[in-house]
Amino acid sequence: MSQKLKIAFYWAASCGGCEIAVLDINEKILDVVKIADIVFWPVAMDVKYKDVENMPDKYIDITFFNGSIRNSEQEHMAKLLRKKSKTLVAFGSCAHEGCIPGLANLNNRDEIFEQVYVKDKSNVNPKAVMPKTTTTVKEGTLKIPEFYDTVKTLGQTVDVDYYLPGCPPPVKLISNAIDAIAQGKLPPKGSVLAPLKAVCDECPRKRDNKKITKIYRVHEKAPDPDRCLMEQGIICMGFATRSGCGAQCLNVDMPCTGCGGATPNQPEVGAGMITALASILGIDKEPGQYTDEDVEKLMNQIKDPVGTFYMYSLPASILKRKVMKK
Amino acid sequence: MKEIVIDPITRLEGHGNVSIFLNDKGEVENAYLKIPELRGFEKFCIGRRAELMPQLTTRICGVCPVAHHFASVKALDAAFNVEPPSAAKKLRELMNCGYYIYDHTLHFYYLGGPDFIVGPDAPAEKRNILGVIEKAGLDVAKEVIKHRAYGQKITAIIGGKATHPVCAIPGGISKALSEENRQEIETLAKSSVEFAKFTLKIFHDLVLGNSKYLDLIKSDAYTMNTYYMGTVDAKNKVNFYDGKVRVVDPSGKEFLKFEPKDYLKHVGEHVEEWTYSKFPYLKKIGWKGFAYGPDSGVYRVGPLGRLNASDGMATPLAQAEYEVMYKTLGKPVHGTLAFHWARLIELLYAAERAVELAKDPEITSTNIRNKPGTPGEGIGIVEAARGTLIHHYTLDKDAMVKDVNMIVATTNNYPAICMSIRDAAKGLIHGGKVDQGILNKVEMAFRAYDPCFGCATHFAVGQMPLTVEVFDSNKQRIQTLQR
Ligand code: SF4
Ligand code: SF4
Ligand code: SF4
Repeated sequence: MSQKLKIAFYWAASCGGCEIAVLDINEKILDVVKIADIVFWPVAMDVKYKDVENMPDKYIDITFFNGSIRNSEQEHMAKLLRKKSKTLVAFGSCAHEGCIPGLANLNNRDEIFEQVYVKDKSNVNPKAVMPKTTTTVKEGTLKIPEFYDTVKTLGQTVDVDYYLPGCPPPVKLISNAIDAIAQGKLPPKGSVLAPLKAVCDECPRKRDNKKITKIYRVHEKAPDPDRCLMEQGIICMGFATRSGCGAQCLNVDMPCTGCGGATPNQPEVGAGMITALASILGIDKEPGQYTDEDVEKLMNQIKDPVGTFYMYSLPASILKRKVMKK
Repeated sequence: MKEIVIDPITRLEGHGNVSIFLNDKGEVENAYLKIPELRGFEKFCIGRRAELMPQLTTRICGVCPVAHHFASVKALDAAFNVEPPSAAKKLRELMNCGYYIYDHTLHFYYLGGPDFIVGPDAPAEKRNILGVIEKAGLDVAKEVIKHRAYGQKITAIIGGKATHPVCAIPGGISKALSEENRQEIETLAKSSVEFAKFTLKIFHDLVLGNSKYLDLIKSDAYTMNTYYMGTVDAKNKVNFYDGKVRVVDPSGKEFLKFEPKDYLKHVGEHVEEWTYSKFPYLKKIGWKGFAYGPDSGVYRVGPLGRLNASDGMATPLAQAEYEVMYKTLGKPVHGTLAFHWARLIELLYAAERAVELAKDPEITSTNIRNKPGTPGEGIGIVEAARGTLIHHYTLDKDAMVKDVNMIVATTNNYPAICMSIRDAAKGLIHGGKVDQGILNKVEMAFRAYDPCFGCATHFAVGQMPLTVEVFDSNKQRIQTLQR
């Protein structure tokens, strides 16, 4: 490579786990440094924010952006980095589909504030004080960003070129992406940088195409370590979830909860899971032909279907919000 | 009145924004650390399946998911009225040690340590992990990368995934440890003991060997006498996974010792309008605003809080170093920068304890889960790297979550961090003179806490460089500093 690539990392509404995932590539970071200059990485380097604004458009070759969009500041950074980057990668489930913090879309801002600042058991707040964007204190005025009512994915905010799924993305997928970048072999724009297969395809557990009649929760049953969890009645999202993680949750006898996002042939994880469950629960009809009764019977067995099937993808899903009150 | 805004703070896991107000003489009048976001876990976890809580709450923080994972499952153990088998508890504790090895290493070398190793006056672009490598050498860097990864590896073996582990279930843990994995963990842990010793040596040589740094640690700008909180075992030794919560007063005398289930009697949270985070305090004393000393309910947690609140460490090498620290600085230590030293003593303890647990014959037992009872209410407390972490859930009869309360590690320190920033600013900024070096020293005051504001408000982590705006009394911006 004649010229070094310019790479940036940024975090918006993120738990920090995606940043840790970058550190988890360990020695591989030395390969990255060989092919690229890191021009912006707030968590690890003291950087000049103004320098980003002063960069010419498309100055950065690739920006890895993790976290979702929850306030005005993050929206600003998403737009700025989009403008300054040739390629923008939505890194991790939050940027990709909204992830667990995206479950906040089940409630609106007022409900969240009420719980956090008033109802929480340890609060001592008789006057029901709540944060405000502008507060006057005796020395002057204090401002904090507005708390958006809705969690948005990166793709709902700006144009995204690639998606690296996972919460956080598995190290293997990150290093594959780095290799593809180094060799100039990135797939077509819009691709998800993960295998096309489902987690089930990476899972060593034995499947016998057994039907189930009862659903168990993880604390209710110690599963047989060699057999498919789904066929033992424990809901496992491996059917409908994109692989790449090496079925790591299954390594410790826990079901896949779907952090890898939907498999390519499904519009979304939830829809895929309902189809899969219908078949394993013995509703032998073509998807799309279930009666309301069929679906209801099935759903009755599942506690909190939204939180289960859309644990990582509510903001991106066709459900969007349960209720959009404001 | 002039206003200086530090927005946001670099190299800390989270996102804070500091406003410093100067009076007409250019002296610091007050400082505010604002937390700009909230995520609402306490709300959206309601209605979810109880057994998912240990996984849902890990997403509060990707730096300390292990602590959330276990505080959460301990709350569930209590809510389901089930005692996990002893092997399960030991496996949880072992994984927690792996997390401390990784997290304390991360902080010392990547986040807070650069201030000391490279130096507080070094140019900003050098005060980072790359600067540390330059100063300490590539061999050191390799050891650092290796052992941070070892900590993660221990977590991944037991937890399935290092970041956002999945192994915790009410009544135990999902999988037993194989003999092969046990051996591997023992090797990683033994190597980590050597690494912790070596890190302490670096600290002694570079920091304690330099009287300038020692003076800085002891200086007024970085000193604050508060209450201290931490979890201790039956002998009042520091324990990360289990025990009673002990609080000592500013003179070091035991003030409280309580069972996790009684936390609401002792800890309250105060709300202010100008920030999304809350301010915990000791109820017995009350919220007296941003004040310290015995009459203010403000307490501190985290490495220094735990060491101050304890009578020692349960492993020999860490205990020896504990004695050195208190011999050097007196007990309790009120110097905020001593958090760094305390953190390294804990790194050593975590590694030593991991070796003990890995060698425990029971650790590979397959008796790792007990059957949960009827769902109800439960409280779980563990020590996260950054301090005491409390999860409290109420479940309905179908074991669905009905109510959630959490007091997260860094939040406990939030009142103290605000004051540390204010005091450092007061001690360092005079006559309206503000430059990068001074601002970094102000930042050092809170970097010492290793604050993780992602945790503090269960809000989103986000970080941008430092912006300082100076306003004159007519609110005209007269100066902007950025880096
Ligand atoms: S995708 Fe997961 S690891 Fe990444 S920021 Fe979101 S919650 Fe954290
Ligand atoms: S459903 Fe789950 S347990 Fe079964 S094969 Fe797929 S990933 Fe494995
Ligand atoms: S098994 Fe499922 S939940 Fe676990 S890491 Fe893989 S995709 Fe994510």
